[in-house]
Amino acid sequence: MNNIFVYCEIEDGIIADVSLELLTKGRSLADQLACKLEAVVIGSKLDEIGKQVFPYGVDVLHVADDPRLAPYTTLPHTSIIVNLFKAEKPQIALMGASPVGRDLGPRVSSALYSGLTADCTSLEIGGHEDKKENKVYENLLYQIRPAFGGNIIATIINPECRPQMATVREGVMKKEIRSANYKGEIKKIDVASMVSPADFAIEIIERHIEKRKVNLGAASVIVAGGYGMGSKENFGLLYQLAEVLGGEVGASRAAVDAGFTEHERQIGQTGVTVRPKLYIACGISGQIQHRAGMEGSAQIIAINNDPGAPINSIADYVINGDVTDVIPKMIKYYKANSK
Amino acid sequence: MKAFKIIVLAKQVPDTRNVGKDAMKADGTVNRAALPAIFNPEDLNALEQALRIKDQFPGTTITILTMGPGRAPDIIREGMFRGADDGVLLTDRAFAGSDTLATSYAISRAIAKIKEYDLIICGRQAIDGDTAQVGPQVAEKLNMPQVTYVEEIIQADNKSIQMKRRLDNGVEIVKAPIPVLLTVTSSASACRARNAKFLMKYKHAKTISERQSENEDYMSLYHDRPYLNIPEWSVNDVEVDPQQLGLSGSPTKVKKIDNVVLQAKEAKKIDASDAEINLLMKELIDSHTIG
Repeated sequence: MNNIFVYCEIEDGIIADVSLELLTKGRSLADQLACKLEAVVIGSKLDEIGKQVFPYGVDVLHVADDPRLAPYTTLPHTSIIVNLFKAEKPQIALMGASPVGRDLGPRVSSALYSGLTADCTSLEIGGHEDKKENKVYENLLYQIRPAFGGNIIATIINPECRPQMATVREGVMKKEIRSANYKGEIKKIDVASMVSPADFAIEIIERHIEKRKVNLGAASVIVAGGYGMGSKENFGLLYQLAEVLGGEVGASRAAVDAGFTEHERQIGQTGVTVRPKLYIACGISGQIQHRAGMEGSAQIIAINNDPGAPINSIADYVINGDVTDVIPKMIKYYKANSK
Repeated sequence: MKAFKIIVLAKQVPDTRNVGKDAMKADGTVNRAALPAIFNPEDLNALEQALRIKDQFPGTTITILTMGPGRAPDIIREGMFRGADDGVLLTDRAFAGSDTLATSYAISRAIAKIKEYDLIICGRQAIDGDTAQVGPQVAEKLNMPQVTYVEEIIQADNKSIQMKRRLDNGVEIVKAPIPVLLTVTSSASACRARNAKFLMKYKHAKTISERQSENEDYMSLYHDRPYLNIPEWSVNDVEVDPQQLGLSGSPTKVKKIDNVVLQAKEAKKIDASDAEINLLMKELIDSHTIG
């Protein structure tokens, strides 16, 4: 009872990175609150799944294994989680803010009448005083997240309802193994007792999931282009620079929407969060939604023609010039200097 | 051929997407009152999907349901200008302070009052809260299946709907029974523009509160053209448990809000000359940032 639960998403037998990141955070919260970390995996062919999960410090792994449970659909996963949470009464439940988590989380929270905070950028433990009701709460989960398009940061709490639920996007938290030999217990969920035929109302007819070509989260150098790149052709310059520097190409939402590059490369609030050693922002104005996804970069170079661009305020270097002029020069002088 | 009854859930939101200099206060925080109020973008995508079903299945009706204070009826009119048939405004002081759960409770009670519907379509998320929670929570409260991240409705008949979902790493084609709730993403088709004929027809559509606060010159108009009366529902019109509304019905509470202040860093300014760029690349290599 009263433990921390993390719902682990699974695709093709592999637990998603965002779930591993949340297990890491869950472990740290469990240490702080002196309780257990429990994980839930729902899918098919899950015999070996413990190997991926236990090293993150999971004390109990609940497994629901049934061919009908993969790929993810809303109703059976909701039924299982709701039944499990009613029995286990977690104090905190975490999920990735992915299409799965953002489909499942609200449905579960509605069924349990518990509060859910989406897209948290930070989770902390703290107290709260409700002066009106004359109540003092301890060890609440502070769910910290941007709102209003990213222009404000709100700290949300669920004083009374349980579990306190939060979703977090991939790349916001770091994943870290607790111990390769961490011993945890497996509990098999009796799927048949928790699902009904009505839960399988949605039918998946076709699926085309591509293995991700790009891993922006792991890149130490990112060359990103914005609407100011002007065209898909000009985006080619970014690929050239990235190749020479051993980095990856990213993009702002405006560039993706304009068709300059694929959605997979989008960095920002509705894209990926990155923290590379070097972020080169080319033709990017730096709206808050984009900054939210890259302001953790160690060094930032901004290349643009607009002295008033918001990105310039968070950059370490600001190059005032045309990207089509500057980038070829950067390639040339990188090659010249890196003998 | 089936004629669908569609409810489109829409929200009026401040335009948080491009906060220009006018909306920035001197201390670097956002002046929310200065932001224009707009039809939530993904709700417009949702409306377009509903309109395409109406194109294909004549006799289909689209009702815009919106919950909000003040100028929220603008959203209903906007929907009708684009092709929706009517709307319902849900508004009451008792809803103030609602989190997503209390909001979805109130909306689900209004939908229960509307009673007959085949599809509920809404945007995936609103650009002020950005939570994407209300859609699925409404579906849960109505005990309806849901499909989120819908990019396109491919096929519909009197038993089921087939649609394409846009996920992070690909697409899914799914089939759902009717009734079902769908949330639509911004990658779906943009909403068609206003239709001049509908604009003329629905220009004077108003809720009773709006008419009461303006000149009654057009009294006979609302009598002769009932479609210009936009229903306005308060807690008295909808069966609700007051404990589940507003602040008391909200499990989540805002403990505090911090304004994001644009912190200017001392940046090194470089021009685009060969000499400067050469120096920059040297510096980056020497500091082991690259190379």
